[in-house]
Amino acid sequence: MDILKEISVRLQQGDDERVCELTRQAVEKKVPPRAILDEGLIGGMNIIGERYKAHEIFLPQVLLAAKAMYAGTDVLRPLFVKEGMPAIGKVVIGSVQGDLHDIGKNLVGIMLKGAGFEVIDLGNDVPPERFVETAEKEDAAVIGISALLTTTMPVMKRTVDLLEEKGLRTKIRTIIGGAPISEEFAKQIGADAYGYDSTNAVESVKRLIMANESD
Amino acid sequence: MKNLLERVRDGEILVADGAMGTMLMDHGLRPGEPPESLNLTRPRVLEEIARLYLEAGADIVETNTFGASPLRLSSYALEDKTEEVNRNAVLAVKKAAKNRACVVASCGPSGKLLKPYGDTEPEDMYNSFQRQMKALISAGINAVSIETMTDLKEATLAIKAAKATSPSTPVMAAMTFDLTPKGFFTVMGTSIEEAARGLEEEGADIIGSNCGNGIENMVKIAKQFKKHSKLPIIIQSNAGIPEIKGDKPTWPETPEFMAEKAKELVSLGVSIIGGCCGTTPEHTRTLRKMVDLQR
Repeated sequence: MDILKEISVRLQQGDDERVCELTRQAVEKKVPPRAILDEGLIGGMNIIGERYKAHEIFLPQVLLAAKAMYAGTDVLRPLFVKEGMPAIGKVVIGSVQGDLHDIGKNLVGIMLKGAGFEVIDLGNDVPPERFVETAEKEDAAVIGISALLTTTMPVMKRTVDLLEEKGLRTKIRTIIGGAPISEEFAKQIGADAYGYDSTNAVESVKRLIMANESD
Repeated sequence: MKNLLERVRDGEILVADGAMGTMLMDHGLRPGEPPESLNLTRPRVLEEIARLYLEAGADIVETNTFGASPLRLSSYALEDKTEEVNRNAVLAVKKAAKNRACVVASCGPSGKLLKPYGDTEPEDMYNSFQRQMKALISAGINAVSIETMTDLKEATLAIKAAKATSPSTPVMAAMTFDLTPKGFFTVMGTSIEEAARGLEEEGADIIGSNCGNGIENMVKIAKQFKKHSKLPIIIQSNAGIPEIKGDKPTWPETPEFMAEKAKELVSLGVSIIGGCCGTTPEHTRTLRKMVDLQR
């Protein structure tokens, strides 16, 4: 089997040790690191994302595949020292104030990384100011906010409003998600997109970044 | 007085209370404040909420201890207060119940993921649940309600901890399912059949589902539990899935709608019927009336 294909297959099986080993072998064989990343690791995560979306697999398999992906990217990272890990865009994510339900947000982070984004995860209890400050400092293109509790939803609006006040609304895009969130709510508060699940969130982030680049 | 399990086994249908979170907010819990912090600062509020559900006719009132396992409390740096948080919650509800209703201790997920897909050792999770169970059971409860579980392994660790602490305290165990094109599964991939088998094997006395669904899906879930287990079943339904109207989320299922559909739970032989997110004492009152009329 082609080594990149094997990396992808082992990643899908959640075999982190084998993925780490194979990634090393590929590097030794002078396979371009970019190809190992795109075709092996990200390729495998894309299939995981699709299978999760189709309800063929569940959260544990996604988490195991993500661990295997990190095992591979850890091997590759030193090779990208000069230019940094290639990423198709930078996204700041977090759950809003008072929200401790972070499995959905973590899953979106995994899927974004799996799709080749650089992800800055601010964790839980993130106030609007921190979302905006971090995105500004890191030059991120998108802020992704998750809420599971209905009471924490107003924080999402404050984040969008803060971007507006700072004149950053067109530079930094926003996407929101979580169980009580709807497309309608996203429109209402002025968020740029709504991700109804983790794979859909990744597609939407890609769309937002492409739209910004073509501006 | 017969204990909860004896009443259920004798064929009685019990009504459990409704949502806690929204009630706490109505009583002054601020966004960002952990719900269990009120157990330390304002236990009177818990007594008042329990009283509202008791007046509405609940046979079972739950304690505000859903997130009171030390692992979960550690996210708020409150783990050192585990004993106090759990004890205060039990005492407040007992004061309101005055021995006329069952005081049931809520125990929710740890908020951590088990190895190998997560980072937490099963032993650490077990110890966390056991510390909570010791605090709850020594404060004097009638039963434990392990709820909103999505990982069967985590649920079984909680059951084991409860049974090890007190073999005679009845244990209810409920999981949360999502409807997929292939049927109902928890987010971790547990089917209703697997849940029924796994929870029963670990020694749960009453099993079922809470949260995640409105009453119509809950009827379907109850049917499957009945098919796969002979144990008494508990169902605690959300008032549907919240919709945004104006800037406030509203829950679509009215007390009347829920009670009407819950008649099917009675005919299926569900033993405990109650509410979860979005339900109010009005839902409890209407369920109470329905159950009494079905007798």
